[in-house]
Amino acid sequence: MTGPAAWADATLAAILLAVDPDRLRGIVLRARPGPVRDRWLAWFRTLFPESVPFRRLPPGVGDERLLGGLDLAATLRAGRPVAERGVLAEADGGVLIVPMAERIPPPLAARLAAVLDRGEVVAERDGLALRHAARIALVLIDESAGEDERCPAALSERLALLADLTSVPLGEAALPDVNADTIARAQQRLRAVTVTDAAVEALCQTALALGIGSLRAPSLALSAARAAAALHGREEIGEEDLIAAGRLVLAPRATVLPAPTEESEAPPDREPEDAAAPDRPPEGDDTEGLDPKALAEVVLTAAAAAVPPDLLSALAGAGPRRALGGGKAGAAKVSKLRGAPLAARPGLPRGGARLALLDTLRAAAPWQRLRQPAEAGGTRPHIAVRREDFRIRRYRERSETTTIFVVDASGSAALARLAEAKGAVELLLADCYVRRDRVALIAFRGRGAELLLPPTGSLVRARRLLAALPGGGGTPLAAGLEAAEALAEAVLRRGGTPVLVLLTDGRANVTLAGTGGREAAEAEALAAARRLAARRLAAVLIDTSTRPQAQAERVARAMGARYLPLPYADAAALSRAVKAVQPGQTPARAA
Amino acid sequence: MRHEAALAAKRGAGHARGVTPRPLFPFSAIVGQDEMKLALLIAAVDQTIGGVLVFGDRGTGKSTAVRALAALLPPMRVIAGCPYACAPEKPAGLCDVCRGGGKRHRAALVPVPVVDLPLGATEDRVVGALDIERALAQGVKAFEPGLLARAHRGFLYIDEVNLLEDHIVDLLLDVAASGENVVEREGLSIRHPARFVLVGSGNPEEGELRPQLLDRFGLSVEVATPTDLPTRVEVVRRRDAFERDPAGFAAAWAPEEAKLRRRIVAARRRLDDTTVPDAVIEQAARLCLSLGTDGLRGELTLVRAARAFAAFEGERVVAAPHLRRVAPPALRHRLRRNVLDETVATTRVERAIAEVFGA
Repeated sequence: MTGPAAWADATLAAILLAVDPDRLRGIVLRARPGPVRDRWLAWFRTLFPESVPFRRLPPGVGDERLLGGLDLAATLRAGRPVAERGVLAEADGGVLIVPMAERIPPPLAARLAAVLDRGEVVAERDGLALRHAARIALVLIDESAGEDERCPAALSERLALLADLTSVPLGEAALPDVNADTIARAQQRLRAVTVTDAAVEALCQTALALGIGSLRAPSLALSAARAAAALHGREEIGEEDLIAAGRLVLAPRATVLPAPTEESEAPPDREPEDAAAPDRPPEGDDTEGLDPKALAEVVLTAAAAAVPPDLLSALAGAGPRRALGGGKAGAAKVSKLRGAPLAARPGLPRGGARLALLDTLRAAAPWQRLRQPAEAGGTRPHIAVRREDFRIRRYRERSETTTIFVVDASGSAALARLAEAKGAVELLLADCYVRRDRVALIAFRGRGAELLLPPTGSLVRARRLLAALPGGGGTPLAAGLEAAEALAEAVLRRGGTPVLVLLTDGRANVTLAGTGGREAAEAEALAAARRLAARRLAAVLIDTSTRPQAQAERVARAMGARYLPLPYADAAALSRAVKAVQPGQTPARAA
Repeated sequence: MRHEAALAAKRGAGHARGVTPRPLFPFSAIVGQDEMKLALLIAAVDQTIGGVLVFGDRGTGKSTAVRALAALLPPMRVIAGCPYACAPEKPAGLCDVCRGGGKRHRAALVPVPVVDLPLGATEDRVVGALDIERALAQGVKAFEPGLLARAHRGFLYIDEVNLLEDHIVDLLLDVAASGENVVEREGLSIRHPARFVLVGSGNPEEGELRPQLLDRFGLSVEVATPTDLPTRVEVVRRRDAFERDPAGFAAAWAPEEAKLRRRIVAARRRLDDTTVPDAVIEQAARLCLSLGTDGLRGELTLVRAARAFAAFEGERVVAAPHLRRVAPPALRHRLRRNVLDETVATTRVERAIAEVFGA
């Protein structure tokens, strides 16, 4: 999709969301920081009346700010627990903007998803049972650069609209003439819009043809189509509304491209800008009389034309790896493990230690009668909290381990050996399962390396991908090591601990540039290995050759890895070797 | 509860907007997903079944179904004013509050609790803790019951169960197994009955469920999105009708809901008189043997679920078809596991069923 079309889609998405925020639930906006994004956000704000709350989710928000909790100042003043609302409740009836959505950790994603589903925020914390209405629309700003980061599927799944501003130059970003009044008029018409069976079928069929498994997608698409119809003053959902829904809701979720049919040879060239011009007189092209099959065909063709190009190239390269409905939940996950809270202990809230409010009050509670006469000057009930009452929070913190398997699938690793390597990985996977580690899988063969599985807790997926891994071709060892380094860095950035498990015979013969040449390739591989050593990454190299090779041992030494020749390694030895390089759990510490 | 009311009053001023939470989708209007619905209904008929785990694709209505179950359950009799919802007809299982005093109890009808355990819940709210308001204001050491007390005799629902903090999970498992919540904290020493049906749901892509947790659930259901067009169209259509007019939709489905509720009530009444012939018990044992399930829990749950299902179907005697139908949800999560085994557990159970029952 080119700039103008992407911008037109993004503005139309904004308008539809403003028309029916309650049902469309929000938008995932792929956009880097910049004037285009700012313009979109500022203009989006103007579509809502002043009274509608807009809140921004602070990064790294804690549960007490997100969900609500005990209001310290008010509690102390009143002498009894007073609740405070969180950001979610404050945004009720309005919009919550979430920057850096690709970094949302799964626990936060699950909390936001629960609020979207229920329209209220429910919290049981700090001795309080809180229940607040929280009907919010989310604007998730996905600033991800690479493939390994995506906004959590649990959220993007629930939001109707997805738009991409990354390719829009500022010059193209003209604002449509729509304001809060236009929106308000459309909202009044919303309830009256009727839906034909053909429309529902067309959307369901399009979703199926695009390989979208989840049933939320067609439901959300239907709501989007209704909002579009209301915007254009149509009493019944028309073909154009369905096309808009197909482009904005379904196309970005496509996992496969539909098989081409004769009709799709000449796609109807519809200007998406059309759709952004609201308040036009109703047109005669409603779905009445149109046979559902033909309608579905039209919607599918339009949606297929809007499928993002990067998706196409990804599909061409790797085949439809993503399962139906499967998101990239594995990609954007845990940064730092929530620790198990330990009992609060006496101490002062400083040096990063957080006050355990409730425990402090509990510590102070028994003494109040004794302290009141001496300390309370006035007649109002104050709580006398003394230094010795202060309690601070402690967490048992555990940095999560991500085991990155780097598998040499080249021809030199000969197919029989590849099977043994797979066996070794499976043994280690079973270990990871017991420890509840996360795993990632990189394979290299032929010209380069490929990230088969971004870090995930789903070991079943790892095993499945591994089993399907074909062998053959050259040995681009340097490329494999570089890919491992990049991934390890990503894991470190999220606060995890990467452990590399490299399975190779060490006989590199393809350079980074993808050309042959044993010597150059080996030199590059050693250089890449030394870079890994410089980063002090925990690593094990499992030599998969029939007889232990000098090359593999050299690579292991260069990368500071423990060397383990597979012919001598049984399950126990493998497991021991990987365990040996794993950093132990860090001891409990105040957080 | 009094506490919450006070808080609600306090919040009132700052929160004037009259936005209500989203209404609940009727259980009987859920399209397809028969196994999930059956498992929940079996748990409603026989609450001792040991909980239900629903795992599967996103957007399949997992939490919709669990929350909708609440509306189906017939009200239960409790001792009026009891914080733990004691049953008046069972003097053996009374809590300390009801046992003391010696006066006659007044009974009241209340809805069966379906308590949501929200992610981020703190331990003090789950097990209960010192009532801080009374401690501060009156200097009284009183216990404020937590979610476990509220869920007693009802259902405790955890969405995204695989994301729940481990220490909370451990705590739940312990209480679910013993049927009693023991609180020793802040100078309090309290124990109260806490028997509830644990219902968990989640998406396997968010991470594996801990193996220890898995076989604690009585029944486990796998849900997948339907792939045939007519079913999908019907799901989208009903969802849309519901969202446009929740009250009207609920009214249209009210007769179906009432019918289902009557079936649950009848099945509960019939449950104790429903007999399990020796032949069926033997078949259950053979099934478990051929699958190599660990321990006796699988067999027990299998027979119990078959009996609840038979009662739900209006039968007095459990027969082989009942066993066959409930075997997959009762057993698939108990197979001696090679967790990474590619063969889907369901397939293995089906194969064993074919063997035992002769296809």
